[in-house]
Amino acid sequence: MSKQRIIVVGNGMVGHKFIDSIITDDSVDYEVITFSEESRLAYDRVQLSYFFSGKTAEDLALTDETYYQENGINFVLSDKVVELDFANKQVITASGRVEAYDKLVLATGSFPFVPPIPGNDQEHCHVYRTIDDLEAITESGQKSKVGVVIGGGLLGLEAGNALVNLGLETHIVEFAPRLMAVQLDEGGGALLRRKIEDLGVNVHTGKATTEIVAGETCRYRMNFADGSFLETDTIIFSAGIRPQDELARSSGLTIGERGGIVIDNHCQTSVEDVYAIGECALWENFIFGLVAPGYQMAKVAAAHIKGDSGLAFTGADMSTKLKLLGVDVASIGEVHGKTPGAQSYTYNDEIEQVYKRLTVSADGKKVIGAVLVGDVDAYGSLLQLMLNDMDLPANPSVLILPSSGDEESAGLGVDALPDTAAICSCFDVSKGDIKEAVAAGCTSMGELKASTKAATGCGGCSALAKQVLDSELANLGFEVKKDICEHFAYSRQELADIIRVKKIKNFDALLTECGQGLGCEICKPAVGNILASYWNEYILEDAHIELQDTNDIYLGNMQKDGTYSVVPRIAGGEVTPDGLIAIGQVAKEFDLYTKITGGARVDLFGAQLHELPAIWEKLVDAGFETGHAYGKSLRTVKSCVGSTWCRYGVKNSIGFAIELENRYKGLRSPHKVKFGVSGCTRECAEAQGKDFGLIATDKGWNLFVAGNGGMRPRHGDLFASDLTDEQVRTYIDRIYMFYIRTADRLQRTSVWLENMEGGVEYLREVVINDSLNINAELETEMESNIGNYQCEWKTTIQSPEKLKRFKHYVNSEEVDTGLKFKVEREQRFPLLKDEIKITELV
Amino acid sequence: METSNNSTWTEICSVKDLTPNGGTCAQFNDQQVAIFLCKRSDNVYAIANFDPFGEANVLSRGLMGSTEEITYVASPLLKQRFNLATGECLDSEVHKLKTFDVRVENEQVLLKEAS
Ligand code: SRM
Ligand SMILES: Cc1cc2nc3c(=O)[nH]c(=O)nc-3n(C[C@H](O)[C@H](O)[C@H](O)COP(=O)(O)OP(=O)(O)OC[C@H]3O[C@@H](n4cnc5c(N)ncnc54)[C@H](O)[C@@H]3O)c2cc1C
Ligand code: SF4
Ligand code: FES
Repeated sequence: MSKQRIIVVGNGMVGHKFIDSIITDDSVDYEVITFSEESRLAYDRVQLSYFFSGKTAEDLALTDETYYQENGINFVLSDKVVELDFANKQVITASGRVEAYDKLVLATGSFPFVPPIPGNDQEHCHVYRTIDDLEAITESGQKSKVGVVIGGGLLGLEAGNALVNLGLETHIVEFAPRLMAVQLDEGGGALLRRKIEDLGVNVHTGKATTEIVAGETCRYRMNFADGSFLETDTIIFSAGIRPQDELARSSGLTIGERGGIVIDNHCQTSVEDVYAIGECALWENFIFGLVAPGYQMAKVAAAHIKGDSGLAFTGADMSTKLKLLGVDVASIGEVHGKTPGAQSYTYNDEIEQVYKRLTVSADGKKVIGAVLVGDVDAYGSLLQLMLNDMDLPANPSVLILPSSGDEESAGLGVDALPDTAAICSCFDVSKGDIKEAVAAGCTSMGELKASTKAATGCGGCSALAKQVLDSELANLGFEVKKDICEHFAYSRQELADIIRVKKIKNFDALLTECGQGLGCEICKPAVGNILASYWNEYILEDAHIELQDTNDIYLGNMQKDGTYSVVPRIAGGEVTPDGLIAIGQVAKEFDLYTKITGGARVDLFGAQLHELPAIWEKLVDAGFETGHAYGKSLRTVKSCVGSTWCRYGVKNSIGFAIELENRYKGLRSPHKVKFGVSGCTRECAEAQGKDFGLIATDKGWNLFVAGNGGMRPRHGDLFASDLTDEQVRTYIDRIYMFYIRTADRLQRTSVWLENMEGGVEYLREVVINDSLNINAELETEMESNIGNYQCEWKTTIQSPEKLKRFKHYVNSEEVDTGLKFKVEREQRFPLLKDEIKITELV
Repeated sequence: METSNNSTWTEICSVKDLTPNGGTCAQFNDQQVAIFLCKRSDNVYAIANFDPFGEANVLSRGLMGSTEEITYVASPLLKQRFNLATGECLDSEVHKLKTFDVRVENEQVLLKEAS
């Protein structure tokens, strides 16, 4: 039997999903060809806006050419299918290509609707649908000061965000009397508007644009029906979508009254062997403008083609949860209260700007719909209650009231959910699927994502998925495994508690107390680090040496050739000319490669083990201390000059930075810690990207916590505002020590806070309101640490015993002859192994 | 320098000069040898100091550890582990390090080419 030939018109999200569903099973039975009008294979349109925060087309890609080639999928890009010839079962493309099919799948998606306003076709008028569109918007943005989005729905707000990110003065113009009219009720729309206006975006509702003409202060002027106008340089239309049904229509398929290719429960169109899926398809008079229903259709169509008509498309839920312009918004089920007898509960907190409305059935037993703005924590629970037709608790209002510290009250135990409950709608993962994955050995979110794809789409389900995972693990009697390694059946936090409470001072004592074996490269440095955090003893004590990892063990960062780097502390980045000269002299004498670091200090590279003591002796003599570049400890406190020099500075950021660096230097913690202190809101010290960030205001300091650069950058969360110096010290003392006590090994503050239940609000409770009643203890521990500070290098060079280890051979004064160097740009670099081979050949 | 043939023991240093539960680098027959002293089991081990992955003479500066019954050193560069008794790499089959015979006598550490 020859292979069945399937043609897929459109390689968008849903077309690709269909192909993926065909591939995963016996793709050998099918020959697949897909056509795309776009110049690239399917990409993640849902995440399209991330294009503006640095994601590239490759990052967004859902597949690549190799994957298609390997699976025998033929694809034709940049070629539009222009004719469907059902009689001869073939399709014809714009370039004249003719291909025959046995089964034809239309996945042509939709196109943005551009209202017929005169002047809508000018150069800087855009839509927001494809990567090409976004590239054009970026280009326009560079030549514009003001931007307008026409349309205040979901996508309009996303487009508005894009304009804000491009640095334009942004306006949103909406025809309806409120934003997100489809999803939100009046109260929710009003609050959303206020929040968005607070962000500096101008919102104009109830405005019908009549024409776009040349402007006076800007490129264009938009005239409105009420006689008012608005000037702008660029315009994005986001006034809804229309199914892309032109091809189907002209070929004679049945089309709905207001567009859309009519399909049945198996996604079949009016013509045999022709299917339609995704946003171009009309099912029971519904077009689904979300990706999850499209994916569902893709699966149904694939199953049907393979001969399985058991699977049917039965509609989809249109609930959504989004973060728009930084504002959390969610809507569930029916919003506008059309169900007879429906009653609602509303919670409206104008101070905190939270609006929630829960609509329940006439008998008060079931959820019919909900609107959440500003606080969407209840989304997962409410959605599950509705989707699974579960009974509400006796007093449903608790579901939307803020939790009174008693976390359980608002939540819905995930155990109560049936196995069919959809947890991840993007990838159609049910609670049962997660159970299965757990039974098959999955124990972490990472593994769950890899095996089920749950939480890898819009991400909206990740909290819920994690809850289900944890509860499943617990139900199976799994202890959610936190053991640090085979030598200790404890997590880092538990080990830290044991060490602190039992006052354990060394590794031997800990092994005897609760461990086995000899330890390893995981537990030893972790324990060394905890011991240092609590007792702050000199880390090269005989009992502690074995615990020190690569860098700590010789108080320097080991480089690729086994030499070390030398980083003196330059608190706050402030250094005297004499200090700089001293560093320069040392670098010159020992021929060390010299570089200004990203942490605003100087790093000297290429020192050999036996040279370290002499180098540090000179640096200590010149008044320097170790910079702890090697330690999981305080690194740098980056600062700007602040009010001492800068004409904008409102506080002495450099002075405070130096004070903080000296306060916390040397303190060991689960991972390195960096600070930034900026003298005003211009933020030249990049404080929001640091573990602790301070920004001066005319009323005091704003304290940010848990920022991060590095692999996964994160802006810090605003912890508290307008603090005095004293408050800053107190809060940081407590947070820092709480981090030391509770974080996992090698967990930066960013990940620590993200994993903390309750997040920054919980942290505030602990630190500001002392909800755990531990602040006094945390402060005492911090005080004792500060009191125990020593410069590890100073201690080392004063101890002839300790210096013995700083030589290459124990039994000879010779040095490592394996090291080879070369000179480039007038400085010395290591000669790499393959470079050595080449020189040997010559 | 004193030379020694394959069958003689050479005195290297006092056992007190070894890093407790860690490594120490010694020069022996023009080679770099990493000697490890495990105080918990009272064992001494000796292997080549050259890390074949990082291509640098650094193994004596690695962390000692155990997994099940095997005692190993993890390279300070990229953490590949080597069985201290056999020189075998636990993370790759490609590399096996040279080992040396080592013993402690009258507080002195002695090395010999492996028999
Ligand atoms: C020297 C320097 C690069 C430079 O030439 O400028 C540097 C060099 C190293 N960085 Fe860095 N980082 C340097 C600034 C930074 C910065 C910028 C900053 O501090 O403002 C960042 C991003 C900010 C942040 O940490 O959030 C940075 C993020 C990292 C990371 C990623 C951390 C993360 O959370 O994702 C690592 C890897 C790690 O720590 O696990 C890392 C690790 C390293 C290590 C230690 C890698 C290693 O294990 O050998 C490098 C060796 C340092 C050495 O030999 O002295 N370095 N590194 C900078 C030293 C700053 C200093 O004065 O101490
Ligand atoms: C900015 C943005 C944000 C979004 N956010 C969300 C969200 O948060 N959640 C959510 O669920 N959904 C979201 N969506 C909607 C989601 O992207 C769509 O539901 C989904 O992409 C629909 O997939 P599709 O395959 O039906 O259509 P598309 O992805 O549009 O794919 C159709 C493809 O077919 C091509 N094509 C059309 N006609 C032809 C032809 N004749 N010949 C060849 N090729 C043709 C088109 O060029 C296109 O590449 C968002 C959409 C946008 C634009
Ligand atoms: S970015 Fe990577 S290579 Fe560069 S200094 Fe940091 S760790 Fe080293
Ligand atoms: S619901 Fe979107 S990723 Fe799970």
